[in-house]
Amino acid sequence: MRYLIPLVLFLGLIVFLAIGLTRDPHEVPSPLINKPAPTFTLAQLADPSKTFSAEEMRGKVWLLNVWATWCVVCREEHPMLLEIERSGAVPIYGLDSKDKRGDAIAWLRELGDPYVLSVSDFDGRVGIDYGVYGAPETFLIDKNGVIRFKRIGPITPDVWQKEMLPLVKELNK
Amino acid sequence: MKPARVYRFLVVLLTFCFVGISAAAEQARPTADDPVLEERVLNLSRELRCLVCQNETLADSRAELAVDLRNQVREQMKAGKSDEEIIAFLTARYGDFVLYRPRVRPVTYLLWFGPFILLLAGLVILFRYVKRRRDVIVDTPLSPEQRRQAKALLDTETGKEIA
Repeated sequence: MRYLIPLVLFLGLIVFLAIGLTRDPHEVPSPLINKPAPTFTLAQLADPSKTFSAEEMRGKVWLLNVWATWCVVCREEHPMLLEIERSGAVPIYGLDSKDKRGDAIAWLRELGDPYVLSVSDFDGRVGIDYGVYGAPETFLIDKNGVIRFKRIGPITPDVWQKEMLPLVKELNK
Repeated sequence: MKPARVYRFLVVLLTFCFVGISAAAEQARPTADDPVLEERVLNLSRELRCLVCQNETLADSRAELAVDLRNQVREQMKAGKSDEEIIAFLTARYGDFVLYRPRVRPVTYLLWFGPFILLLAGLVILFRYVKRRRDVIVDTPLSPEQRRQAKALLDTETGKEIA
């Protein structure tokens, strides 16, 4: 009994620390989950004379992917986005964050364009409204314009298959 | 080159380096047209966490997002928003994590009061331990027999010491 109490306390501590190790401290839980997606109207990347507004997506399930040419991990994520686009599961819209237009267009020409369209958030204001703190970040928005899921970091095949695709299917029902 | 000349050359080079650095620092300083406002921005930024570096305040961080957020804070202050309104703006987007001082709410009760609970528990355990020890150790006088034994032991001990 005398030795049991410290042992139990010690094991408890180990369990807590072990759980702590599996968590990514960089993943800050977003307060925007299950809240209406912030509205915005921004110039389109391909044609700045045209605008795109989040309001236009009412009634559709869609992904808003925050990307930039300066973002190294975005390059890593890009093939996955192309694959999602090819599968036709869900339309992807790009929020090109704090970028230069020429760089962004060259990037899409070089790597392929998985987006229905991208908008230019060159001063990062819309990014702040969405609580973005590092690209890539991806928001899954439902038919009512509510954010249902947020992925911080690249969408990996695993995340797509296990978390995002099932949710997309459910929301499209 | 002779060592002395090399040395002089290095001194001159270093001097130029420092001049260059201080000149650059002069340029990098933001133009504070309103020192009172800047002070307010800085004070609030010290309470806010930079989400990119996490262990730095918004005031200390050089991350691009931190610069943008400081600009947001500055702009909103210029627009006449109170500190509370600006904090509400930021927590609505980034969550309570953006606050360096966690709020007192049910999820953070353990964080805020846990140490005091532990301290209290420690005091209770200590008190009970001391009390039990006091009960165990009782001053009982020695019986004549024990006293004789002790004396005999002490005598032999000292005897050995002397020998």
